Amino acid sequence: MKVSQSSYAYTPGLKIKRVTVVRKERKLPIPGDVLVNEGDQVSFDTIVARTFVPGDPYLIKVARELGLPPEDIKFYLLKKKGDRVKEGEVIARYRTLFGLINKEVVSPTNGVVEDVSMTTGRIIIRGDPKPVELTAYVAGKVAKVLPGEGVIVETRGAFVQGIFGVGGETNGEIRVLVHSPSDVLDVNMLDDDCRGKIVIGGSLITKEALERAISLGVGGIVVGGIKDTDLMDVVGYEIGVAITGHEEIGLTLIITEGFGKMAMSRKAFDIFKEFEGYRAAMNGATQIRAGVIRPEVVIPHEKKISESELLELDKGIKPGTIVRIIREPFFGEIGKVVSLPVELQLIETESKVRVAEIELEDGRRVVVPRANLEIIEE
Amino acid sequence: MPKTPLDEMKFILATDVGSTTTKARFFKRTENGWRYVISGEAPTTVEKPYEDVTLGVRNAVREVEELTGHKLLSPDGRGILMPSRSNEGVDLYVTTSSAGGGLQMMVAGLIRSMTAESAERAALGAGAIVMDVIAIDDGREIYQKIERIRHLRPDMVLLAGGTDGGNIKDVIEMSEILKAARPKPRFGVTYKLPIVYAGNKFARDQIKELFEEVFALTIVDNIRPTLEEENTEPARRAIHELFMEHVMAHAPGYDKLMRWTDVPIMPTPAGEGMMMQLIAKVFNCNTLGVGLGGATTNIYSIYDGKFVRSVSANLGMSYSICNVMKEAGIENIMRWLPFEKSEDDIRNRLRNKMIRPTTIPQTLEELMIEHAVAREAIRLGFKHHKTLARPLRGAKRRRGALWEGAEISDVFAVEVEFGTYIKMMNVKIIAGTGGLLSHAPRRVQSMLVLTDGFRPEGVTRMFQDSVFMMPHLGVLSTVYQQAAWEIFDKDCLVRLGTLIAPKGIAKPGDKVLDIKIEKPDGIVIKESVNFGEMKRIELPERVEADAFLDPTGHFDLGEGPGKPVETKVYGGVVGIVIDARGRPLNLPEDGKERRRKLLEWFYALDAYPKEFLDRIREEWA
Repeated sequence: MKVSQSSYAYTPGLKIKRVTVVRKERKLPIPGDVLVNEGDQVSFDTIVARTFVPGDPYLIKVARELGLPPEDIKFYLLKKKGDRVKEGEVIARYRTLFGLINKEVVSPTNGVVEDVSMTTGRIIIRGDPKPVELTAYVAGKVAKVLPGEGVIVETRGAFVQGIFGVGGETNGEIRVLVHSPSDVLDVNMLDDDCRGKIVIGGSLITKEALERAISLGVGGIVVGGIKDTDLMDVVGYEIGVAITGHEEIGLTLIITEGFGKMAMSRKAFDIFKEFEGYRAAMNGATQIRAGVIRPEVVIPHEKKISESELLELDKGIKPGTIVRIIREPFFGEIGKVVSLPVELQLIETESKVRVAEIELEDGRRVVVPRANLEIIEE
Repeated sequence: MPKTPLDEMKFILATDVGSTTTKARFFKRTENGWRYVISGEAPTTVEKPYEDVTLGVRNAVREVEELTGHKLLSPDGRGILMPSRSNEGVDLYVTTSSAGGGLQMMVAGLIRSMTAESAERAALGAGAIVMDVIAIDDGREIYQKIERIRHLRPDMVLLAGGTDGGNIKDVIEMSEILKAARPKPRFGVTYKLPIVYAGNKFARDQIKELFEEVFALTIVDNIRPTLEEENTEPARRAIHELFMEHVMAHAPGYDKLMRWTDVPIMPTPAGEGMMMQLIAKVFNCNTLGVGLGGATTNIYSIYDGKFVRSVSANLGMSYSICNVMKEAGIENIMRWLPFEKSEDDIRNRLRNKMIRPTTIPQTLEELMIEHAVAREAIRLGFKHHKTLARPLRGAKRRRGALWEGAEISDVFAVEVEFGTYIKMMNVKIIAGTGGLLSHAPRRVQSMLVLTDGFRPEGVTRMFQDSVFMMPHLGVLSTVYQQAAWEIFDKDCLVRLGTLIAPKGIAKPGDKVLDIKIEKPDGIVIKESVNFGEMKRIELPERVEADAFLDPTGHFDLGEGPGKPVETKVYGGVVGIVIDARGRPLNLPEDGKERRRKLLEWFYALDAYPKEFLDRIREEWA
């Protein structure tokens, strides 16, 4: 049987690095002011840029409210296009029959008259602009200023990607609640000391534990897996498409492996263990579609890099590569690539696919489609 | 346009820049006409760190070069070698694209079921994903509409409203809402969002005045010049032009790719739709099609000459698999499984497919779960489609007293529920494309998925795409229809066979149909089929047979209840499938009985390996 020396036909693994340089682009939604300079040291919550987004528009049916034909409103408007108005201020008045009929239209907001339409008899008042502030997200150095747009913050530290998350950006001190990556994080492990922290679990978080974490004010949770129905109950709805990050459940949750009970990867767990007590940034935002975004934890630190970490891992799968199987029937198992047959192989479904022969940790040898493998950097 | 005359062309290259993969297909003129040669595929490079789609195109094309030894890429990196000379270059290069999520549009009109629906049909027909339909009567307050529009980031907006000479005030009102909300384009914050206005022509001046400063406005003929007419073509053309000028020009690398190709880049679903239309044209009958993708399900109908496309943007087999679960309900997915599993188990498996969308089923159990989801994705996609494939609303009432100078509120009062005009008995062809169907290890599995998804009635031919190339051939057909058809007919269109499905319900075991099939070699097959059964009769591809179908009692095959039907049936890789499970199709309520029936059908059609079915029967049934 012919075998290939390496393969790129696999699902790229998640990044789990003890030491790396993380660069985060922080951009405003629309142009604004950058408040820091290149080279500045910033903390997690430092405001790095600010802008004002246009306020809400209000469409006011002046003609209808005054009981007039649209084209007549021009005679009764007290404000014109471009004028400033205050909330509650009268902007149009129709008085007739010596004051017996007296109708007024008031502004629902502070803002500016943006448009007046004689066709529909409506005016648009644009509310005052709202400030939007952008934090650094992670502690580090401003590596680059993007004038009018934002900055790039650079930090040195550990970087752990998860597979799926809910909730947005947060930060807090890391606290590991379990002894091993296969332990279940249950409700009794959570106490008042978890408030505002990023807590680390093992293979699963129970629904009760998740609910308690929310009520305690935990900042974030990182865990191997969760039951789909538990997540659904806590989020309050069934997530249809994996575009997340905007959920407001009271904390940010990242699962590192998948749905169901799944031991967290040893490498990720060890990193959390090593940096327990450090302050970290995390973001649950996930997008599994054009432009994949995975949830992440960034832990800035000054610790030294080890010799083995300096060796850049080759990105292809080769005999000897440690992989995780990411689909049934061996889902979650870890093994070593034994060989990579070149010819397409018939699998149980009767499909002919490219496969790899894997030796599992318990010594069994199994054949798995290469598409169902993920490299792990153990 | 291509420089080489069509009849002198020797090689053609077509690509589709998909959201995850760029797929190249290489075609060659042979003694027997145009044929498909080989494919090359590579990851799409629209995202960081590459941000240049031409890199992915080059990688996919390089794979074709390596496999054929035919040189295609110009050495200076400036595109594709043209024209062809012996073993290098091509005479025509075309491409479709859905990278970066394809063309995403918002449409607006006055009445949801009239002008807004026409606008929606036009946008979908042009290959767009419709993010939302805003209408005066869409059930949202003005502030809610504004809130929604502000949060959408469409590539383009299509605004319809009012017949020519009809309502102006409401058109302007809707325009004011749009202006107030000022939606921002998805790509690039610096350019103006394109808006196509296809409403009352007498409102054009006011629309111009209103929009000129804030949007890039294009005005085309009214989409509903009268209530009896729907004229989507000018809007569709404008959408395609703007897609090239604005959307593509702002997507990374497309400025280069646009210079490489001979004809304008087409949205992928528009290419797919063209091939579905070609099938209907060539076979001259009502046709339904489905493009079952990882993220979206597109349904096409060409019915009594009218073409309609619908996109269910969040029903799909990988990225969107959990949305199928959400919309269909887990129990509707599990009802197609012949084995028992806990709901939690299936849920977690589907979630894990969603977060790792490129994995493939390794076991038959996993394959059956995906096939179950596919049935529901098609069923839901078709349900959505039927809400668009319906008669023009408002048309019949125009001459009624109510319509003389009627106001919007009057229209609400006369709204009546119209159903779809698609009658399954009159649909003669169903065609499918997409990864799940193309990769089904046995073609009968695709035929069963299409059958259970669409529930055809009467006698229906079924087709599928061999390797995904309908979009490629669709864009090719815009310049060279003959080549596109030759390749399509010989190398793309897999004839699955013919499905015979009598309409009606009976008790299990009651006789439904006598069938006699006379094959061209003189062999006659006679079968009698009872209610609740499925049968399969071998009849090879490109072989026609005469069928005499005699339904019992109230069962209908198109000629009326109990009336016999004499017709041609067409062979295929599956052959003839007789589906006497009844229409409407009701699966047994009782779980155990349902699993037993599913197994029985899978055995009868030889749909999955027998040993596996035996194992299930022993374990669960």
